[in-house]
Amino acid sequence: MNDLVRVSGLRVVARNDSAEESVIVRDVSFSIRQGEVLALIGESGSGKTTIALALMGYARGGLRIAAGSIQIGATAVLSLGGQELSRFRGRQVAYIAQSAAAAFNPAKSIMDQVIEGARIHGVMTRAAAQAKAIELFRSLALPAPEEIGRRYPHEVSGGQLQRLMAAMALITDPQLVILDEPTTALDVTTQIEVLRAFKKVVRERQTTAVYVSHDLAVVAQIADHIAVLNHGEICECGLAGQVLDAPCDSYTQTLMAAARPVVRIAGSPDAGDKPAAAPLLAIDGLTAGYGRRDRHGCPYNLVLRDVSLTLRKGAALGVIGESGSGKSTLARAIAGLVAPAGGTIQFDGAPLAPGLELRTREQLRRIQIVFQNADTALNPAHTVARILGRPLNLYHGLRGRVRDKRIAELLDRVRLPAALMQRQCADLSGGQKQRINLARALAAEPDLILCDEVTSALDTVVGAAILDLMAELRRELNVSYLFISHDIATVRSLCDDVLVLYAGCKVESTSRQALSVAPSHPYTDLLVESVPELRRGWLEEVAPAVQLPPVGASASGALGLCTFLRRCPIRIDGVCNVEPPSRVVTRNGKQILCHHSDEELQHMCKLVPLDASRPEGSAPERPV
Amino acid sequence: MSMPVVSDQQPAPQGVVHRVRFRRRRPNRFSIAGLVGSALVIFWSLVALLGPLLAPHGVGAIVADDSFAPMTVQFPLGSDYLGRDVLSRILYGARYTVGLALAAALLASTAGTALGLFATVSGRWIDETLSRLLDALTCIPSKVFALVMVAGFGSSVPLLILTAALSYLPGAYRIARSLAVNLNVMEYVQVARARGEGRAHIACFEILPNMIHPMLADFGLRYVFVVLLLSGLSFLGLGVQPPAADLGSLVRENISGLADGSPAVIMPALAIATLTIGVNLLIDSLPGRARSLTQGALR
Repeated sequence: MNDLVRVSGLRVVARNDSAEESVIVRDVSFSIRQGEVLALIGESGSGKTTIALALMGYARGGLRIAAGSIQIGATAVLSLGGQELSRFRGRQVAYIAQSAAAAFNPAKSIMDQVIEGARIHGVMTRAAAQAKAIELFRSLALPAPEEIGRRYPHEVSGGQLQRLMAAMALITDPQLVILDEPTTALDVTTQIEVLRAFKKVVRERQTTAVYVSHDLAVVAQIADHIAVLNHGEICECGLAGQVLDAPCDSYTQTLMAAARPVVRIAGSPDAGDKPAAAPLLAIDGLTAGYGRRDRHGCPYNLVLRDVSLTLRKGAALGVIGESGSGKSTLARAIAGLVAPAGGTIQFDGAPLAPGLELRTREQLRRIQIVFQNADTALNPAHTVARILGRPLNLYHGLRGRVRDKRIAELLDRVRLPAALMQRQCADLSGGQKQRINLARALAAEPDLILCDEVTSALDTVVGAAILDLMAELRRELNVSYLFISHDIATVRSLCDDVLVLYAGCKVESTSRQALSVAPSHPYTDLLVESVPELRRGWLEEVAPAVQLPPVGASASGALGLCTFLRRCPIRIDGVCNVEPPSRVVTRNGKQILCHHSDEELQHMCKLVPLDASRPEGSAPERPV
Repeated sequence: MSMPVVSDQQPAPQGVVHRVRFRRRRPNRFSIAGLVGSALVIFWSLVALLGPLLAPHGVGAIVADDSFAPMTVQFPLGSDYLGRDVLSRILYGARYTVGLALAAALLASTAGTALGLFATVSGRWIDETLSRLLDALTCIPSKVFALVMVAGFGSSVPLLILTAALSYLPGAYRIARSLAVNLNVMEYVQVARARGEGRAHIACFEILPNMIHPMLADFGLRYVFVVLLLSGLSFLGLGVQPPAADLGSLVRENISGLADGSPAVIMPALAIATLTIGVNLLIDSLPGRARSLTQGALR
C-alpha cells in the first residue's frame, strides 16, 4: 500500500452564533495513492470544499475540525502548528480555486505570482523558478509561454488564468494538488481546453490530486477514483468506472439520473396541429446595446446585431451561446427593459413598443421574465404572499381572500406547500426560491415566459426538477418559453427549436433534433462537441486543436463580417474577412450564417479545433 | 503568499446556512443592547415630556451661593457657573435637545431618503441636477450656513430645526441615493419594472424596504451631529436663547468648570452621551436584515 494521502474519521463541525454545533463533515475516510486523482462530487452543501480545505489543515470561519486524522506523505496535517502549517501549505499541498480572477492579484505580473510560492518556500532561485514556470506554461498549452508571465491578470482570458493558477500550484512540485471546481465558471468551449491541459499536466507529472466538482461529466474525464458525498458523508467511493457505470448507492444513482440528458417534450408539438398559425412572437432585425447612442441611434456598445426569430404559441425556443453572446440582452429587449436600437418586435400580430412606458399593461402581462438568480430576483423584504400577490392585484385586480386562494393555487402549481405563504424568501432553499420565481411569472397568466438561465445557479438534481416542472406547465397551460441557457443539454431537453448566438449574431437556427446533426455552423459544431459526456475517455476522443487557416487582415470598414471569423476553423481568406456572410438554408431546415454552402458544411462538420490562443477569452460566467 | 488561496469565493453553503438561520431567529429575541437602548430612549423621552414638572427649581433661578458647587443633597448635580441648579437645567434642557434634534434629524433623513429615491427612479437629468445642487449645499460649512440663516431670519425654534435639517440633508441624500442606486439594478426591481409598476411603487415598496435599516443607522449618526450643531450654535448665542438652554449649551456654558472637574460640565455631557448611545443602540437592534443589507450596499 503506497497511499500518499490517508484521511480517517474526519469530522468538521460548524458553530453558529448561538453556540450550537452541527456536523458538516461526518466521519469521512478515504485514501489516495501516489499519482492518482480522487474526485469529490456532491451537491452544494455536501461538504466537498470543506473536506478539500481540511486537507490543508484549514477550516473556514465558524468551522472546526473536531476529529479524525489526515496523513499526507510523512506529515500528520492536523497536528501541525501555525509555523509548520505555513511551511506545509503551498509546498506540500497546493490549492486551485474556482475563480482564478478572484485569486490573482491584479496589481502584480503573472510571473511574480506564479513563482511566489517557490520563492517563499525557498525551494529554488528566481531564475530556476522562472524557467520552471515557462516549462509549466508550455505543458499547460498556454500561448506564448515565454511572454505570458510578463502580462497582468486582466490581460489574459478566464480559461488562461485558470491554467496559470495550475502553474502557480505546481511550481513547488507539491505532493498533493487540490482543484476546487476549477472549470465550473468557464464556458464549455473554454472548459474543454482547461480540462485537457489539466489532464495532460497531471499525467506528465504523476501528480496526486483531489478534484472537487459537482459536474459528473467533467469528473468522468479526469478522475481515477470518485467519492460521492451527501450531507457530509461519503455514500459511495470507488474506481471511477465502477461509480459511473454501475453505481451501488441510491443517492449516486439519483445524481447520475439527473445528469443524464432527458427530453422533456411529450410528443412533438409539430406545426401540423395549428396550420399556419400566426406566430406569437416575431422579431425582425433586432439590434440592441448599451451606452450612449451615436447620430444614427446606434449604441456605443452593440450587443445584439440583426437578430430575427419567430416563436409559435405554446412552443419553446432555446437560445444558446457562451457568456457575452447577448442572450440576456435579447430577453431584456423583448421584455422592454432594454430599448432596441433597430428592428421590430411583433407580439401576437401587434408591434411591441421599444420601451416599457409605451407598452400597455396587457402587453406587459402577457410577457413575463424569469431571471437566473432567484436570490436577487425576489425582493428579500417581501413575503412569498406579497411577491405572488402583487401581480395578481396589478393585472387581475384580485384582493383579499380571492387573492390568497389564488396564491395557494399558484404555490400548488409549482409544487410548494401553501404554508410557505407567510415566509420570507431568505428562509427558502434555492430550488424553492426558483419555484416562487416561476410562480410569480405564472401569476400574470402570461403567454410568453422569458427564462434567463433559470437552472444555471441550481444543483443538478434541483435543476432537473425545475425543468420537469417547466415542461409540465407548458403542457398544461400552453405557455411559450424563450429559454436562455449556456447549457446545451438543458436547452435540448426542453425546447423545440434552438437559436445559436455568437457575439450578438444569430449564427444558426435549427430544430432541436437537428441541433447536433451536420451540417451546422462551425460555432455550433464547436459548442456541441465541447459539452462533456458522461463517460470515461470522452476527452481523448474529441478532436484536438488544429491550426486555424491563415487569414488576412479584415477589410477596414466592412460592416457585418462574420463575428466568428477569429476562431473559425473553416474560414476562407479573401472571402470571410472581406464580405459579410449570407444565410444558408440547409436540407434539414437549418438557417446558417456562413459563406460555405450546405454541402461544404456537411463535410467540414465535426472537425472541431480548439483554439488555445484565442486573443480575447470569454469572461467567466458569473452568477449575478 | 498567493498560492493556497483560501478565499471565500467558493460556495460556502454550510457556514452561510448557519449564519442565515441565526439571523432569522434573532429578531424574535430582543438583544440586551436593544433593551438598554430602548430603556435609555424611553427615559429621555419621559424627561423631555415631564422634565419641567419634575424640576426642583426654575430654569433661570440662581439658587446656590457657589458657582460650580459639588454634588450635594440640595443640588444633586451641583450648580453651574452662575449658581443655578444643574439638575433643573438638564431637566429643562432635555426638551430642546430631544425635541429639536429629533425633529431636525427626522426631517433631514426623511427628506434625504425621499429625494434619494426620487433621483434614483427618475431619469438621468433629474438625478444629475438634484445631486449637483445638493453637492453645492454640502460645501457650505454648516455653522456658517446656520449663522447666515439666523442673521437673516432671527433665531427661533422652527428656524433652528429647518437650518439643522438643511445642513444634514445632503449627507442623508447621498447615502440614500447610493443605497437606492445599487438596489435599483437588482433583478427584483427590474421584474417590477417589466411588470409595469409605477416609479412611486418601485421606490416605496421595492427599494425602500431594503434600505430602511441602513438609513435608520444613518439617522442615529445624524441625530448626534444635529445635537452637536445645535450646541455649537447655542455657544455662539445663536441657538436656543438664554435662560433656556439645550444640553449642548449647558456643556458649553460651563466649560470653564472643566478644570475643577465640576459636575456642571460632566453631567450634561453624560446626558448627551446616554441619549445618543441609547438612540443608536435601539436602532441597531431593530429587527431586519440590517447587517447583510448594509454590507451588501456598502460593498
